[in-house]
Amino acid sequence: MGGYILKRLVSAVPVLLGITVIVFAIMSLIPGDPATAILGSYATPENVEKLNRDLGLDKPLVQQYFIWIGNMLQGDFGRSFALNRPVLDEVLDRFSATLVLAGAAFVLCAVLGIIAGVISAARQYGWADRAITVAVILGISIPSFFLGMMMILLFAVRLKWLPVSGMYAIYGGGDLPDLLRHLAMPAIALSLVATGVVARLSRAAMLEVLRQDFIRTARAKGVGERRVIWGHALRAAMVSIIPVLGIQAGFVLSGAVYIEIVFQWPGVGRMLVDAILKRDLLLVQGGVVFVAACYVFFNIVVDVAQSLLDPRIRT
Amino acid sequence: MSTFLKLLARNRLAVFGAAVLGAIILLVVITPLLPLPDPNATATADRFKRPFSDGFILGTDHLGRDLFSRLLWGTQLSLAVGLAAALIAGTIGAAIGIVAGYFGGRIDNVIMRAIDMLMAFPYILLALAIVAALGPGLLNALYAVAAVNIPFFARNVRGVTVSIAHKEFVDAARLSGMGHLRIITTEILPNVLPVVVIAMSTTIGWMILETAGLSFLGLGSQPPQADLGSMLGEARAAMITAPHTSIVPGVMILLIVMSVNLLGDGVRDALDPRLRSGALSRPMAATLVRRDETPPEKTDTKAVLSLENLETRFEVGARIYRAVGGVSLAIQPGECVGLIGESGSGKSVTALSVMGLVASPPGVVTGGAVRLNGQDLIGAPYARLRALRGDRVAYIFQDPLSTLHPLYRVGDQLTEAIRVHHRISRDAAHERAVKLLEDVHIPNARARARSYPHELSGGMRQRVAIAMALANEPEVIIADEPTTALDVTVQAQILKLLDNLRRDRGVSILFITHDFGVVGQLCDRVAVMYAGRIVEEGTTAEVLDAPAHPYTKRLIACVPELGAGRRELHAIPGLPPAVDQLPHGCAFAPRCHKATGLCATSDIPLDGRKRKVRCILPEEDVA
Ligand code: SF4
Repeated sequence: MGGYILKRLVSAVPVLLGITVIVFAIMSLIPGDPATAILGSYATPENVEKLNRDLGLDKPLVQQYFIWIGNMLQGDFGRSFALNRPVLDEVLDRFSATLVLAGAAFVLCAVLGIIAGVISAARQYGWADRAITVAVILGISIPSFFLGMMMILLFAVRLKWLPVSGMYAIYGGGDLPDLLRHLAMPAIALSLVATGVVARLSRAAMLEVLRQDFIRTARAKGVGERRVIWGHALRAAMVSIIPVLGIQAGFVLSGAVYIEIVFQWPGVGRMLVDAILKRDLLLVQGGVVFVAACYVFFNIVVDVAQSLLDPRIRT
Repeated sequence: MSTFLKLLARNRLAVFGAAVLGAIILLVVITPLLPLPDPNATATADRFKRPFSDGFILGTDHLGRDLFSRLLWGTQLSLAVGLAAALIAGTIGAAIGIVAGYFGGRIDNVIMRAIDMLMAFPYILLALAIVAALGPGLLNALYAVAAVNIPFFARNVRGVTVSIAHKEFVDAARLSGMGHLRIITTEILPNVLPVVVIAMSTTIGWMILETAGLSFLGLGSQPPQADLGSMLGEARAAMITAPHTSIVPGVMILLIVMSVNLLGDGVRDALDPRLRSGALSRPMAATLVRRDETPPEKTDTKAVLSLENLETRFEVGARIYRAVGGVSLAIQPGECVGLIGESGSGKSVTALSVMGLVASPPGVVTGGAVRLNGQDLIGAPYARLRALRGDRVAYIFQDPLSTLHPLYRVGDQLTEAIRVHHRISRDAAHERAVKLLEDVHIPNARARARSYPHELSGGMRQRVAIAMALANEPEVIIADEPTTALDVTVQAQILKLLDNLRRDRGVSILFITHDFGVVGQLCDRVAVMYAGRIVEEGTTAEVLDAPAHPYTKRLIACVPELGAGRRELHAIPGLPPAVDQLPHGCAFAPRCHKATGLCATSDIPLDGRKRKVRCILPEEDVA
């Protein structure tokens, strides 16, 4: 087991390098003088000179890349000129908020999606299956930002059950119940599409598994139907559901950007959009690399979970 | 093509999607012809008019612009951008995929590595990075969305290309001196196109949504030009006071994406050959029973298990396959009865019908009775059936690799078999499981209990399956070709094990096989099945020495020497009849050398008392 985890960690190194190369390549698409473009409206002569020195922008591209990588490995992601603070500090602050939102949405989509998918498969062509199928179609078609806005209108403005936006109440907030109240709508809005996708794939995976011979064996042993479905069949179906969960995690993590805008959630997605609009490109660059790297590590967790579940791939 | 359209038309949701999408597209196409106000003409006096007021069908927005006009123009823009993104992603992705798949080797390796890297990004994040570099703007948003979708197309197309790049027709083209470019355009491209279409139809909805999303964030279309996303983004500020300005573009996005998704799913289902043969359906907990007549009278009172005129069918659409057509068979306590037949003769379906394990749909038990100690099981409530399964009647199936759960330890699977019928502690059940493994001569039973099925050899797995069948000391074991998947020596060991267990424990066995040699080693009596019916029945010695039915005789004649090696029932000319079109009269007539006109006129009964045969010109006198 330990060996497997180590192997996966080692195999993440080239992926991480690839990510930095891609981000670097995209950023070098920027037309014109890079320092001026990166600084945008903050391009005073001193700033331009400082940036040129920091990133070695006068040097060849390959060398620039290694300077950039070297700096990042030392924890130096550069400096945001718009905010006048180190990129990494800002990203870390914002990322924790995104993690709360995306984490909640991920748990929701995994739990609800799998439950819906299993029920749908077990009751194939029954009314529950039809209802879930229609809900899934609606769920994966509704834009999360539109859904978020409608939820605010209904639950916050009309019914006044939940706060309109933000992560904590400005006065007297800050405790867990306060966070949960603020989290409820954005997490649900963010999870809906992913829930639909998970439900759909879980249904397909369950239908596939339920036709297998070992399900007939379980029934022949006298195992009750509930246990056949939620135990034997779901356990086997998880092998194909877990990779989908990994993909949905990435979807939830990056889709958070819309929800963070709609609900004014102080996360990394909103930070990125602000940074793009202000042309604060070092912040964008650092934020993208950081989030993508976190996602790579999450995928390792997914792979390890997969290997715990399936003894056949553990060796 | 026409079958594709027919399949598509049968999918009601896809038709609905097509209708909605068609209506939207029509509206968008005729937009320039409609007498609409200028979508960008501002009139501050008319701000936030409600729908249907003052001649504004959908009201006005925060600058007093006509929402209906803006909606139509915005829809046009969103659709065009989404479609363009899909076409760009599809074309470039397909090109990359074809190059990687066709040339293979290093090129393939490098390309696929790069694709993997791109796919390591959370999707929208990559689009944001691209927009950040290129700067906000609708065209840049379009490029970004197209770019992040390229890997998906490239990967799918590469897969298909690899699978056809080495087919004969491609090799032939190559040998005939065709250039790479011509081979790709004439041989590869036509095969790849359906995949691109499927991928496009399933992703175009996303692409419309994502470009709208970027516009919503203010990174796509810039004012005064507006697509649906930026309309929604602009309306957000006034969401609470004038919700209609948000709802109008939002609902339109929803309608577009939903209709595209519905249609896309329909296209995929219609093009995907795996789904074409009919939807995947899962078997239910117990076989459906639809028995019109009252079950037949009890005939054999001493039997532990008796099948009486059992009928099981498969109903696939309008076609009916009569897999079991009135089978009667009794098994006495401690007796081993062989049920022998070719594949497709209905012997396995007979075996599975006993405990309601025939997959349904499509299986239905339509008549007869199955009596366990005199109690009818057909139509018994599920709870009763479940309580008897594995407890009084246990099964052993053919291939233990697919019939044991791949992700549970064998010890746990045994423990479970015990615990579903007995309220004992996990530890006690585990001890019993280890004991069972020892009983079936598995060395190192305690350690083996911790193995997963894939870690055991075929023979060991089958021993586990036998141990599982013995777990609750059943009265009857139904063994459905338990040795077929094993090699000859292991087969002999397993048969010996079964024979010993039966003598030690006095359990009755119904042994399903296609191998007369196996029957000779194990069974007291044997019944021969053909086309869903028993054609001959008697003690093993009688049937083997003096087969009465021409079919049995031919079968045994094919077997060179009894009692050794492996024999199969394939040496008779012709094929068994398909069970959805059984001939009138004797089902064997088309292959029978003795057949006369009389054989095909009416149903032939199974005659005789102890020894029975279904033939009007039997080879031996059985009366
Ligand atoms: S009934 Fe006629 S056709 Fe059928 S097996 Fe007997 S002889 Fe052959």
